[in-house]
Amino acid sequence: MQVQPFIHTMKLTFSTIAAGVVLASASNAWAAKPWNDIGRDATKAEVAAWDIDVRPDFKGLPKGAGSVDRGVEVWEAQCASCHGIFGESNEVFTPIIGGTTAQDIETGHVANLLPGKNFPQRTTIMKVATVSTLWDYINRAMPWNAPKSLSTDDVYAVLAYLLNLAEIVPADYVLSNDNIAQVQERMPNRNGMTFFKPLWDINGKGDVTNTACMKDCVSELTLSSSLPDFARDAHGNNNEQNRVIGPVRGAVTTEPAPKTLEKAREKLGGPAKAPQAEGGPDVKSLLASNSCTACHGMANKIVGPGFAEIASKYKGQADAHTYLSSKIKAGGVGVWGSVPMPAQAQLSDGDASAIAQWIVDGAK
Amino acid sequence: MSVNPELNVPVGSTFDQPIGRVIAAPEYHLSAEGLETARKARRSFMGKALAMGAGVAASTKAAFAADGESAILELPEHTKGLGQGVTASKYGQPSKWEANLQRRESPGLTRVPQASVSFCPLQGLFGIITPNGLHFERHHQGWWDIDPSKHRLMVNGLVKRERVFTMDDLMRLPSVSRIHFIECGANTGPEWGNVALPTVQYTHGMISCCEYTGVMLSTILEMCGIDKKKAKFVLAEGADGSSMTRTIPMDRAMDDVMVAWGMNGEMLRPENGYPLRLVVPGVQGVSWVKYLRRIEVGDQPWATKDEAVHYIDLQPDGQHRQYTSIQECKSVITTPSGGQTLLDKGYYNVTGLAWSGRGPIKRVDVSVDGGRNWRTARLEGPVQNKALTRFNIDWVWDGKPAILQSRAIDSTGYVQPKINQLRAVRGTRSIYHNNAIQSWKVSENGEVSNVQVY
Repeated sequence: MQVQPFIHTMKLTFSTIAAGVVLASASNAWAAKPWNDIGRDATKAEVAAWDIDVRPDFKGLPKGAGSVDRGVEVWEAQCASCHGIFGESNEVFTPIIGGTTAQDIETGHVANLLPGKNFPQRTTIMKVATVSTLWDYINRAMPWNAPKSLSTDDVYAVLAYLLNLAEIVPADYVLSNDNIAQVQERMPNRNGMTFFKPLWDINGKGDVTNTACMKDCVSELTLSSSLPDFARDAHGNNNEQNRVIGPVRGAVTTEPAPKTLEKAREKLGGPAKAPQAEGGPDVKSLLASNSCTACHGMANKIVGPGFAEIASKYKGQADAHTYLSSKIKAGGVGVWGSVPMPAQAQLSDGDASAIAQWIVDGAK
Repeated sequence: MSVNPELNVPVGSTFDQPIGRVIAAPEYHLSAEGLETARKARRSFMGKALAMGAGVAASTKAAFAADGESAILELPEHTKGLGQGVTASKYGQPSKWEANLQRRESPGLTRVPQASVSFCPLQGLFGIITPNGLHFERHHQGWWDIDPSKHRLMVNGLVKRERVFTMDDLMRLPSVSRIHFIECGANTGPEWGNVALPTVQYTHGMISCCEYTGVMLSTILEMCGIDKKKAKFVLAEGADGSSMTRTIPMDRAMDDVMVAWGMNGEMLRPENGYPLRLVVPGVQGVSWVKYLRRIEVGDQPWATKDEAVHYIDLQPDGQHRQYTSIQECKSVITTPSGGQTLLDKGYYNVTGLAWSGRGPIKRVDVSVDGGRNWRTARLEGPVQNKALTRFNIDWVWDGKPAILQSRAIDSTGYVQPKINQLRAVRGTRSIYHNNAIQSWKVSENGEVSNVQVY
């Protein structure tokens, strides 16, 4: 507590006593707050059930082991449909494996990240510095539609398989809590992270500076980039993405740009048309919320066939609605190829029927 | 006068027109003779009205009869009939006329809707508060509508008491309400290398601003008795399938971080983490963990997936910057902005948003000549800490090509940089923390487009 130096001695004594009282109560403050006992203690079992995080120093890593061979089995059954057999697929998610070399494993720096390399896609293994991150994420969030369903040993096995694909461990490797620290020493980008404190610390000062010049700041402008004409409607019709009143209108980007301001005003001024309201059962929301669109494109194949392809295959077939309703719920393999579609038990009969009807109606 | 052929605007020392000041239109482009005519016309009220209103009249000509406008002369149904009763809509919806303003996905950005983003339609919003239904979305493994009576928050790790709280418990605690912006670290990310997106919805729409209600995280941590000697970080974890985790330094956690349930006067929307989310003012959105189920106190950072595989910034030397969390000072003009068309020459209220993760906005300057000259805009107050700040400034468009820019300055004195200044330090290959000055080119046909100019 600050005390003015010129204060009277008597007052100083009094202030010191008062300060002592305040400090004493502050040290017990957490016990004294009237809301302090709201909530309850967590049980050991509860903490164990949720405290699943694994740190770079492997604090939190459970005991276990898994072989590359077992990893292949789990991978092909539960992971390959999205990530590809070799973790290389770029169809549903960005690739996990690829772009690293034996040299990178030696240096701990991925050479394909260097300027001028222009490696087409930065894969997970090119970026990640810590093997704990991979273990933790597979364990907490994978597989995509059934997170936290893998056994501890299978998490080790899947990770062992990925590490083998990246040639960090041999094909006969058994990854375990005992040897994972050695694997860390072979991570291709283990030395590839920099901690730049000013972008972590709220009171830091950034590394890029500008000045608040007000007048004659630039002698010659550089136009470094603009959108090409062919991209005019790449994000839809801007006219349908702006308010129908006000000082501006959205440009009609489905048509070429008007030549003059007068032509633009003719096109855009005048009475508004109410935007089209969407009606009918919202099948597309059902497709999204049930992960259907993770594997099926609207028109084309992603992992499974596109909805338009299914519609075309069963067009005119009398029992198509019944067949598709049950097929959507049961899943299966063989009709469209060898990648199995999992059963969709979470889907109600009504929703399965609505989706089937939408497909029968042409999947539009 | 020399002209830059690409920009079609005058450049160089011969360009002596004082662009960037509000000057009534006629003085700006007329000859001395023309000016005199304009002045004479101005002295007559009707003359002035005709001069300034010519374009408006043209645009509504069809609806004009000899004696006036049909919108006035012919009484509409809603003036002559009976309207709808109360609770026709039990949770009110926007007018059907506003249906164009929606959250939208950027085509081709992501392939799986459960790990995707939808962008907030900034081009149509007013003030600083984002309507809850238009708040941008970012999900890592799909969103859920969780039963709030079964939701729990656990605090564990370096604390005297490892505790569990129900929503009933949390909502009894001393609460605060604060306005803060949330911005995704990848907002404007696609534009590091070149212009990639047409409108402000897609260039800047991964930002929203709400009044949040909740309890300070410091209150909860003090209740649990953190180990002040060892505790250096907390881990926040979500209850959804991804169980999103992010490391937060202890000085942040004990400062203004909130455990929030309220959002603009109602509970959080499910897409935004109902019933509980973390609010980490000034820090990128990925740290604002939704469906918050656990806070662990620890002594080291965790290097979780979203701080070791994603949300890391690739630098020119091939190294990634890890734990880059702060959203530095940034601004953007929302009207006129890319994809919009000006309907006429003359007066415009140029409006936009400014924000900083390091504190309140101090000033916003606006240029209409590509950054040569700047004027200071009006800030709508009160200016909040680490919140969106609305700015407005007058502009009279003369019908010639123009390039609009805004430049924000925050309470630390930091000035929002130009894209070339960012690239000189951080290269072009990062996809995070692009806070460059945005340029909108106004063409002679009234169309506004996204360009990069410096």
